[in-house]
Amino acid sequence: MAETPILEVEDLARYFDVSRPWLQRVLAGEGKRILRAVDGISFAIPRGTTLSLVGESGCGKSTVARLVVGLYPPSRGHVRFEGMELERARAIAEQRRRMQMIFQDPYASLNPRWRVKDIVAEPIRAFGMTPSAAAQQAKVAELLTQVGLSPLDGEKFPHEFSGGQRQRISIARALSSNPDFLVCDEPTSALDVSVQAQILNLMKDLQARLGLTYLFISHNLAVVRQVSDRIGVMYLGRLVELAPAETLFTTPRHPYTRALMEAIPDLEMTGRQRIPVGGEVPSPISPPSGCPFHPRCPLANDRCKAERPGLIPARATEQSLTACHAVEEGRDGGLPAAQRIGTTATAL
Amino acid sequence: MAPLLEVRDLRVEFPTRRGILTALDGVSFSIAPGEVLGVVGESGAGKSMTGAAIIGLLEPPGRIAGGQILLNGKRIDNLRYDQMRRIRGREIGAIFQDPLTTLNPLYTVGEQLVETIRTHLGLDGAEARKRAIGWLEMVGIPAAAQRVDSYPHEFSGGMRQRVVIALALCAEPKLIVADEPTTALDVSIQAQVIALLKGLARDKGTSMMLVTHDMGVIAETADRVAVMYAGRIAEIGPVREVVKHPKHPYSAGLMASIPPLDRKVEHLAQIDGAMPRLSAIPRGCAFNPRCPEVFARCLVERPALLATGATEAACWLYDAASEKHAPEAMRHG
Ligand SMILES: Nc1ncnc2c1ncn2[C@@H]1O[C@H](COP(=O)(O)OP(=O)(O)OP(=O)(O)O)[C@@H](O)[C@H]1O
Ligand SMILES: Nc1ncnc2c1ncn2[C@@H]1O[C@H](COP(=O)(O)OP(=O)(O)OP(=O)(O)O)[C@@H](O)[C@H]1O
Ligand code: SF4
Ligand code: SF4
Ligand SMILES: [Mg+2]
Ligand SMILES: [Mg+2]
Repeated sequence: MAETPILEVEDLARYFDVSRPWLQRVLAGEGKRILRAVDGISFAIPRGTTLSLVGESGCGKSTVARLVVGLYPPSRGHVRFEGMELERARAIAEQRRRMQMIFQDPYASLNPRWRVKDIVAEPIRAFGMTPSAAAQQAKVAELLTQVGLSPLDGEKFPHEFSGGQRQRISIARALSSNPDFLVCDEPTSALDVSVQAQILNLMKDLQARLGLTYLFISHNLAVVRQVSDRIGVMYLGRLVELAPAETLFTTPRHPYTRALMEAIPDLEMTGRQRIPVGGEVPSPISPPSGCPFHPRCPLANDRCKAERPGLIPARATEQSLTACHAVEEGRDGGLPAAQRIGTTATAL
Repeated sequence: MAPLLEVRDLRVEFPTRRGILTALDGVSFSIAPGEVLGVVGESGAGKSMTGAAIIGLLEPPGRIAGGQILLNGKRIDNLRYDQMRRIRGREIGAIFQDPLTTLNPLYTVGEQLVETIRTHLGLDGAEARKRAIGWLEMVGIPAAAQRVDSYPHEFSGGMRQRVVIALALCAEPKLIVADEPTTALDVSIQAQVIALLKGLARDKGTSMMLVTHDMGVIAETADRVAVMYAGRIAEIGPVREVVKHPKHPYSAGLMASIPPLDRKVEHLAQIDGAMPRLSAIPRGCAFNPRCPEVFARCLVERPALLATGATEAACWLYDAASEKHAPEAMRHG
């Protein structure tokens, strides 16, 4: 336990000013609009493990990803890479080499005028990693093969590839500098399930052999279950549950987590109706008072409307941290068994 | 019922310096009014290309080199650009795989929706803006009235994807070509979007070609499903049959690779090897280097779709004249 986690995030927040232009605002008599994309979250990722973030679209996952690799400065709070403030770490080339990111939008992150082999080799060159052109070429060929492309594909340009092929190019690039810490924002969303399995197996293998650490973001909860050691559930810029992966799937505690599990599509074609999380999706510009989930929560009461719950160990499953008054007070109806997931979603 | 869309023996080629690449070869299928055809398959198999050919937006130098595409019985594969542009939007709505390429970064989300609504439905500005906000609400954008004036980069990945969906639907087309419309959406918003699309198919008779890697979405939404491999259809049939009892060895491998939700496994099942490059498609069946069932005939002759039970599969195992037949298990699932 003494070892410093590779990544530590403390009370991290990022706000965006989304006000209309000054003149329009004055004419309409409205104030500034501040969007709290990430609003005070804390977690740590021990070396060689995977933390996944899940949650509603727009809840701030990609913003966290960008904050932890230094693409956005935080509005508040700290990011530490191996105990060092991120800003200091990012000033050192060797530390920059060790953290890489796979972006959610593969095409936008590939330079359209470069050949694929140059895109993949760019980090190798930037960090002066291989002395000879031949060694570099061999490395690029190996990376392309690992992601299910051919070394001959290196000659082509990004627009000559399909969506999933582009996504694999950005994975190959992210791996090329031999990173220790990899942020993966929806890394397999454009891949068919077989290629997806190949990439996930590769990631697991790299983790087992080289001790890579991942921050993993995905909407596919089956994939999340396969890769994660721990899972953080985000809602409106905050963490509402943080638990070991298996615990989260077998005994989800926070009402939002439980609702999320209910909404998983039904592969068994039992005709079961999916239950979308009820109620209006709230806006991060004017978040609800107290617990941000209260307008949609079946267990909400007056305390929930007034008081923001802190992230604390859950009653009965203490490995899970939850931010919920009902769980703390023991009025969440005991431990929910994740029956549906346990019984119906077996492989085909 | 007469099909709304019919694709006959479609062939798409890419002339390159190193010769002509055939990206699609002999692709045929049809979609009835109100029907949802799911399209799945290997990354790079030609799913987006098929969609692009239908909506007349193949990226040059790609071109339709053979076959026909008919909408309501009329050919649309040989129309001029301006004629096709009128059909696009009004009769065929397209949801592209990459939301950023559809959205213009210089205009607000609202301006783009209003423009489309005005062009195709002839509404005035105020009415169009009301509709635009209504569509954003329907695809689940919170505080739509406040966020309608945002630029695309101010939205999250999934929010942009929903704007693209709203753009495709707002002109009320008869056919929707949706390429990975839900990849960036969480399961709850996804359920909402799927319900919206299914509602359009049921209530307005809108047809849909739905390309996705998400088998859960396919299982829930599609009536029939086509499995593509290396520029061809490997199998096509009713969704339940294809997902539960796949006949083609590639479909079987694909379905077996779906990650389980109910438990964690050490090693995920995958189909070994990689899809061939377009410039090096093997002789005979394109799947033969990876196929666990391969036999002599597969190495020389290319299989066409053969009827087998409720589905059709392009595999010699289902031809009575082959020296090897489908193992019992595969024939009955
Ligand atoms: N540059 C920006 N300017 C203004 N608002 C932004 C900006 N980037 C993100 N946001 C807003 O911050 C919120 C969180 O966005 P983020 O991209 O982190 O969501 P996400 O959880 O990754 O969602 P998704 O699953 O859809 O990708 C959203 O409401 C988004 O509109
Ligand atoms: N401009 C181009 N020049 C040459 N080849 C191309 C071009 N665009 C696409 N291709 C090739 O055509 C094939 C089919 O691409 P398509 O985008 O249709 O695949 P897809 O089935 O949609 O895959 P994905 O699931 O990864 O999106 C791919 O092998 C791709 O490499
Ligand atoms: S704190 Fe209250 S409103 Fe929030 S999730 Fe718990 S019970 Fe629901
Ligand atoms: S034709 Fe032969 S190689 Fe092709 S899928 Fe069938 S058995 Fe396999
Ligand atoms: Mg995101
Ligand atoms: Mg595609």
